[in-house]
Amino acid sequence: MLSHTGIPTAEDIEAVLPPEELRASRRLAVFECFQDIPCDPCAAACPYGAIASFDDINDRPRVEAEKCIGCAKCVSQCPGLAIFVVEEHYSAQEALVVIPYEYLPVPKRNDIVAGLDREGVEVCRARVVKVKNAVAQDRTRLLWLAVPSALAHVVRNIRVEA
Amino acid sequence: MRTPEILVVGAGPAGLSAADAAGSLGAEVVLVDRSEAAGGQLVKQTHMFFGSKNQFAATRGIDIATKLTAQVVENSRVEMLLGTTVLGYYPDGVILAERDGRLLKFEPQRLIVATGAAEKSLPFPGNDLPGVYGAGAVQTLMNVHGVQPGDRVVMLGAGNIGLIVSYQLLQAGVPVAAIVEAAPTIGGYLVHASKIRRAGVPIYTSHTVKKAYGAEALEGVVIEAVDEHCQPVPGTEKDLAADVLCVAVGLTPLTELLFQAGCDMRYISQLGGHVAWRNDDLETSVPGIYVAGDVSGVEEASSAMVEGNLAGVCAAASLGYGGGRNGNESEPLRLAYLEQLRELRCGPMGAKTRDGICSLTS
Repeated sequence: MLSHTGIPTAEDIEAVLPPEELRASRRLAVFECFQDIPCDPCAAACPYGAIASFDDINDRPRVEAEKCIGCAKCVSQCPGLAIFVVEEHYSAQEALVVIPYEYLPVPKRNDIVAGLDREGVEVCRARVVKVKNAVAQDRTRLLWLAVPSALAHVVRNIRVEA
Repeated sequence: MRTPEILVVGAGPAGLSAADAAGSLGAEVVLVDRSEAAGGQLVKQTHMFFGSKNQFAATRGIDIATKLTAQVVENSRVEMLLGTTVLGYYPDGVILAERDGRLLKFEPQRLIVATGAAEKSLPFPGNDLPGVYGAGAVQTLMNVHGVQPGDRVVMLGAGNIGLIVSYQLLQAGVPVAAIVEAAPTIGGYLVHASKIRRAGVPIYTSHTVKKAYGAEALEGVVIEAVDEHCQPVPGTEKDLAADVLCVAVGLTPLTELLFQAGCDMRYISQLGGHVAWRNDDLETSVPGIYVAGDVSGVEEASSAMVEGNLAGVCAAASLGYGGGRNGNESEPLRLAYLEQLRELRCGPMGAKTRDGICSLTS
């Protein structure tokens, strides 16, 4: 259970996934935010208005997936680093996962790194498709990762081997 | 003898906010802090803060310290004296401080105490071994002085401090063997916990430290499971090799000045220990003495800043600034800060603080 281990359960994840029909065709943000905490910067982070403004700062984000284009602008704005962007069908065999990354060393484009699940266990090799470190991200780098399709909703971290 | 209208003790998030808010209404403020740099614990916080835009959400703590300090430096009504340690509050209302080996005496019309909190400790065999640290010390070594505290860390406590310091250790390249928490659930924000968990750090809830051991210094930590009555479960020991045990088991308000000043002090466990009774405007039972931030009850930096603003506005208004109490300028600010505090505390994470304040003021 998440509150005992820090690992969201399959049910937790299922509850925050965007609608299946949109996921099949688009790149979409996934908000792995499971607790009512006083925090609302995400609501102001979306340039497309996909994140509804909060009635109560303790609410969890309400996302209108139809408006999300998967731009990943929100990812670096979440103080909890709980937002990811996923494209289930990036290529025939690959999904794309965008993660926030605040560790060193920072991988480079085309590097092959260990893809880790929510327990930090290596589940695949992941290819770094893009690394972004814009000023607006305030030092939270974003990594675009190509991972096996089946792991689109599994890979949430990486390890860079020396 | 110096006689500022308002003396603020402590230049952390609450004190900086209090000084700026009071000075902005026109009050003459002196802000003192024993450190050589303003910002209090904010200077060690490299992570983005929660809350809303009003409390600099999504900004890193260290950058909030810079912003708040700049506001105070630019505020012509505030004089900031760093490297100035308050020594005591005397019965005639004089506050004595030391600066550069000289004594300074203050007799302010209003006093805002924003001294923050100190770390709690935990008794267990071996807790005096070199390598057993408070989480604040580990953060100071790493983030202030750039010194690696050790090669492998066991973190005791899964509140926000334990979780955040674990994350900062990982960022510094120091492996964290485990996070150990006696409570059945993680006390800090679950997003912090998940962030550390997906880096491979196990979180053992319902576990505590049985002993720390080592010949000259810490070599390892034995942990064990505890049942629902917090009693050890035999046969559940795990031996974790580590040269650092970081103790992050909570904070308690730093209230010496308030005791000396004769404030009505009450023990409120939800607020971290002894705290001063205070009204909604954060004025204690001693007229003219206000509290703000962790000294009024251990909470988050976001609410500390809002409390600082509230105490600053109320202290200045009580001196006639901003139109005085219920004034045109002061009252809208006071109400806005009260509303921000209500919002920050109205969710499930605010329940402990709400209960604590309710017990304190009833």
